Amino acid sequence: MTKEELLSKLKIIITPYVQNQEGLKNLTENTDFIKDLEINSANLVDVVLDVEDEFDIEIDNEAMEKMLTVKASIEVIEHKLAVK
Amino acid sequence: MISKRRVVITGLGVVAPNGMNVSVFSKAIQNGTSGIRLIEILKKLNFSCQIAGLPNYKKDYLNNYFNSIQLRGLQASGMEYGVISGIDAWKDAGLSINDNDTPLWDAGVIFGTGILGVDKFREAIYKVDEGNVRRLGSTTVIQTMASGISAFLGGMLGCGNVVTTNSSACSTGTEAILMAYDRITSGSAEIILAGSTSDSGPYVWGGFDAMRILPYKYNDIPAEASRPMSASASGFVPGSGAGALVIESLDSAQKRGATIYAEILGGHVNSGGQRSGGSMTAPNSEAVQQCIKRAIEKSGIKADEVDAINGHLTATTKDSAEIQNWCEALGRKGADFPYINSLKSLVGHCLAASGSIESVAAVLQLKEKFIFGNINCEDLHPDIESLVDRDKIPTKTLDFSANIIAKASFGFGDVNACVIFKKY
Repeated sequence: MTKEELLSKLKIIITPYVQNQEGLKNLTENTDFIKDLEINSANLVDVVLDVEDEFDIEIDNEAMEKMLTVKASIEVIEHKLAVK
Repeated sequence: MISKRRVVITGLGVVAPNGMNVSVFSKAIQNGTSGIRLIEILKKLNFSCQIAGLPNYKKDYLNNYFNSIQLRGLQASGMEYGVISGIDAWKDAGLSINDNDTPLWDAGVIFGTGILGVDKFREAIYKVDEGNVRRLGSTTVIQTMASGISAFLGGMLGCGNVVTTNSSACSTGTEAILMAYDRITSGSAEIILAGSTSDSGPYVWGGFDAMRILPYKYNDIPAEASRPMSASASGFVPGSGAGALVIESLDSAQKRGATIYAEILGGHVNSGGQRSGGSMTAPNSEAVQQCIKRAIEKSGIKADEVDAINGHLTATTKDSAEIQNWCEALGRKGADFPYINSLKSLVGHCLAASGSIESVAAVLQLKEKFIFGNINCEDLHPDIESLVDRDKIPTKTLDFSANIIAKASFGFGDVNACVIFKKY
């Protein structure tokens, strides 16, 4: 899976939780879920569960704590897919 | 203006992870004894956080509080904790169990909970799904209705005034005290048994574990896990138990010659409306500040009269924001800030029961003249250190005779409660 494919899948996953639509339009690798997209921090858990379902991977606590930006999330997903 | 009726506390009861009665609990909080331990079932069920604050007693202890019929099929831990603490508080106040046919028209019960009888409900779900509803017996409803706890206590004591259960997440216990205060100041009751309880176990704590807001790196060192105000705080440790306070008009207490633990000067409850930074799970700081300010105003005191604060302080990233809110609301910081402590370092976050257990601790501090030490915050969070002098956050118990203690609790739903206790 290319990075672009990953990014577009991730974008679909996070869209329902985004409160700042402008941030979503300007989505880049550096986008921060809480600061730029105003995703409620409590919902980050749900984002992770949706990622697990989409990619059929399991994300442990340590990895989850890193998933605060698009870049970090893609790295975690790529890593989990690689060791699958 | 007609002066308000004065309201006092005349009895205490507690079932806490570090003490099954008030005297043991008082010693435990002064000695910094943690009630947090590994819970085998959480480990077996793959919880990230496998530790919790769980009251420790043998089942036959319940024979002192429940009759054999009440004990049959009892699977409601919150009911056990609530009844033990409630009956203890009632007796501590020098009140007797009403064995008369006439209810005590001026005495009531306001005893809150978040959820009750979870284990009973689980059993019922299995039976219902098996098509075996007729085997539920007569106790499913009374153990799983939220108001089961106030109903049990009201019946045991024979109360004839309000008998109800409030629920406002983690502010429940503090709110119950203020509901009792209001009921008595308005002249509608003389005595209210106020408190709150929280069920324990995997079905109660699982939802919090799933939110990843519990610490998961302390399963081998449970006593170090709950770290309010610390730089290394990584979430709250779930707890359970119950706290109970007999709240009474000063007139009634004096007429009975009751021992008075403390006076309640007033308080306030409000909500941040889940606006302006507030959400289902995060507090609107403006509302927190307003809640504290109005509690002080309604109590007829000035902010600089507060000697100590018993905070909500759960050991999440929100602790710094809470300290900031206290600073703003009181207009005090640095060396001018009152002493502050969090019981959660010792017992974890007892959820719906937290406000009442922590209020029992706050009242004991007034009566027995101490400020209990916070454990696990030697590494104070830098944001907090920049707001409040280190020695205002004691790590060891201090001999200190506070005159006024403010106690606040905050809950999911962006709800707040703050009560002001005064030495009597």
